[in-house]
Amino acid sequence: MAKAEETEDETEILKGTSAVAKGVMSADPDVVSAYPITPQTGVVEKLSELFADGKMDGEFIKVDSEFNAASTCIGASAAGARVFSATSSQGLKLMSEPLFTASGMRLPIVMAVANRSLSAPLSIWADHTDSFAERDGGMIQFYAEDVQEAVDHVLLGYKVAETVDLPVISTFDGFILTHVQEPVDLPDESETSEFLPPRDPTYTLDPSDPKTMGAYARPEHWMETRYEVHRALNESRDVIAAAVEEFADVFGRDYTEYGGMIDTYRAEDADYVLLALGSIAGTIREVVDDYRARGEKVGMVRPRIFRPFPAEALRDALAGKEAVGILTKEVSPGYESALAGEVKAALYSADDRPAVQDFIIGLAGRDVTKDEIAEMIEETKATEREMDFADEESWPQLRDEIVNEEVDFK
Amino acid sequence: MSSNDPYEDLTITTGAVVEPNTSLVNKTGSWRQFRPVIDQDACIGCGQCDTFCPDQAAKPIGDGDVYGIDLDYCKGCGICEAECPVDAIEMVREEA
Repeated sequence: MAKAEETEDETEILKGTSAVAKGVMSADPDVVSAYPITPQTGVVEKLSELFADGKMDGEFIKVDSEFNAASTCIGASAAGARVFSATSSQGLKLMSEPLFTASGMRLPIVMAVANRSLSAPLSIWADHTDSFAERDGGMIQFYAEDVQEAVDHVLLGYKVAETVDLPVISTFDGFILTHVQEPVDLPDESETSEFLPPRDPTYTLDPSDPKTMGAYARPEHWMETRYEVHRALNESRDVIAAAVEEFADVFGRDYTEYGGMIDTYRAEDADYVLLALGSIAGTIREVVDDYRARGEKVGMVRPRIFRPFPAEALRDALAGKEAVGILTKEVSPGYESALAGEVKAALYSADDRPAVQDFIIGLAGRDVTKDEIAEMIEETKATEREMDFADEESWPQLRDEIVNEEVDFK
Repeated sequence: MSSNDPYEDLTITTGAVVEPNTSLVNKTGSWRQFRPVIDQDACIGCGQCDTFCPDQAAKPIGDGDVYGIDLDYCKGCGICEAECPVDAIEMVREEA
């Protein structure tokens, strides 16, 4: 959460999707192309309304699928436009192929992703399976805790995307944040234009000076193009750090902790730390306060950004703790959670590494209660220091009574 | 490699943007394992091979009465052999 200075005159109570749309409006995109999907639909519905009402100058390009929404964004971005799209779940899967292309072509497309589980079985509710499946696409990934961050991350996203020439996906939990009404400080266009000058593209599609973009690379060149994407992601950490500083100056909301990479809550002197992405952090803060009220040193660390991975910030924040509990809304079937695997890898080289226990929770919108979080703190506290990293993830919410006891292979 | 090769002395720009006409120097026919050989005496010039070729590698030759294959781009898929109405095309394994 931002440590905001109170500016009551600008605060509105807004639904998450509408707030994000109005934040996007302030960035004045030239082209928006998107296809509706629950729970994202409100974002592009509001944007199409703003275009229709003449409140936005750009063009809303209607398409027949998410594949063509992303492809339209690629074409427009290659032509030099500032573009925006939004999607969720299956829609993000359909965009996946063109989004990898957008990254390789180094196009600064910014998208809002309303996190939702992936079929099958079909579900419309929130978890992080969809955006984690795009982990290796070469896109910067932001995770919002509240609606204000969902708005602000889009603006930060443009700043970073257009500096490093990479796509950005700005995620916020489906329904939990898309359909909630929260007080939001909406950026106005004069503030945003101060923070976000017009895009200055490195290359543009121009018939009078034709170029080949992304067409074909031979084995002697392709590895270097992938390396360039990797290097740009790595170097984007410094750009993100500068962007959050400037953001604080212009908008008065401070995301500068750890250069914008991670957000911590009562973690500095904590013995036990819970780590989580997105909206669940709000509930964790309350449980941390309950423990602190009893004199127990518990804290929270929340990565704001998953790609580039905040390895150094996490080592700094977590080294020397007794144990870390990772609460994550995704699993990489066949080997624990992707987030836990990466946190453990980052901590492996820490001087005084904590024990780590990861918990798969909240899949497809299953509520995670304060009591359950307290139980996970207790399980984290019980993690044997000698074991260092737990071999297996924990599924504290699993309903054993509805799971077959035996794996039923033919 | 010719001096107008857009790949010559290439350094990787942001987005790997290069000069146009890369397809002129990317001889993708090198991927081929089987080569279509057209029996010019049997060919009736109907152009079905051209119609079905996914790479536009089948082209009329001479006066346009018969067809030939541009081996710089033919990937040897064999669709032309399957579609030829007079069985004038035979796929022959490329020698290593």
